[in-house]
Amino acid sequence: MLHIINKSPLSSVSLDTCLNTAAGGDTLLIEDAVYAATKGNAAEAKLKTAMGKFKLHVLMPDLDARGLGDRLMDGVIAVDYAGFVDLTSNNKTCQSWL
Amino acid sequence: MSDAKKFMFVNRKAPYGTIYALESLEVVLISAAFDQDVSLAFLDDGVYQLKKGQQTKGIEIKNFSPAYRALEDYDVEKLYVEKEAMEARGLSEEDFLVNVTVLSRAEMGKLMDEQDVVLSF
Amino acid sequence: MPNIEVAGKSYETDEEGYLVNLAEWNTDVANYMAQTESINMTEQHWEVVNFLREYFEEYQIAPAVRVLTKAIGKKLGADKGTSEYLYGLFPYGPGKQACKIAGLPKPTGCI
Repeated sequence: MLHIINKSPLSSVSLDTCLNTAAGGDTLLIEDAVYAATKGNAAEAKLKTAMGKFKLHVLMPDLDARGLGDRLMDGVIAVDYAGFVDLTSNNKTCQSWL
Repeated sequence: MSDAKKFMFVNRKAPYGTIYALESLEVVLISAAFDQDVSLAFLDDGVYQLKKGQQTKGIEIKNFSPAYRALEDYDVEKLYVEKEAMEARGLSEEDFLVNVTVLSRAEMGKLMDEQDVVLSF
Repeated sequence: MPNIEVAGKSYETDEEGYLVNLAEWNTDVANYMAQTESINMTEQHWEVVNFLREYFEEYQIAPAVRVLTKAIGKKLGADKGTSEYLYGLFPYGPGKQACKIAGLPKPTGCI
């Protein structure tokens, strides 16, 4: 299944709850959640650990908007809006951790 | 300026995800007409507001970050960034699009305590 | 939204007559806007209008009158950086009128 997170990892527990609850699968970071996938941020280690269990994606237009398009950490897959659509259609169910 | 009040705008939200950052900036620009002693504080995700190189074409939201560079024209020159927040986000002073003063959390708290008016965003 | 017709083309404006889409601006529109404000565009008017457009390009905001006055003084000479000079060109307010002619939104903080 697909898990979508849209909250910053340092101001909300959404990312933690998702990573601790979900059984695995595709995870997509959008809006303020894209900060979690930037090099050197405090949630980086958490995300690295999650890579074994989840396939992590980040919505690039949101990362570019925030001036961090060049800071994407290794191992996270960059997707555009078409990729976002593919993820939702390739998964049977989707949980948005609002 | 001797009877000017000390105003602090406390910014704690990332840009674009919510409207707080833009609202704060607009209030700062408007209130600059009143000739007060204005400070802008950037804490928590608020430090992201000042990140260089924002490119918002892809999300079709106006990039308002260039306006922080106009603050100088509005005589708003006191910009403070919380050191701990900056470091927790993998950022350094060179990442910001304006000159800022980096303060420790304790120093920030003290500065906040010295204000006459605090506006929270 | 009301529309204006200029040289056979239609442009969207807001309820106060400001151009909605900045990118559509051209000198025909500027002259039309000036006419509606009863302003006869001279070289001095264009200087201010072009300055405003450059300022907006750089900072993405229309400057408050106080800021505009100071910035004009720096760029075009101290004799032009006064409210007398700017109000002489735009009697109903350089912020309001010059911004409208320049195709910019109403300045932030202009009530």
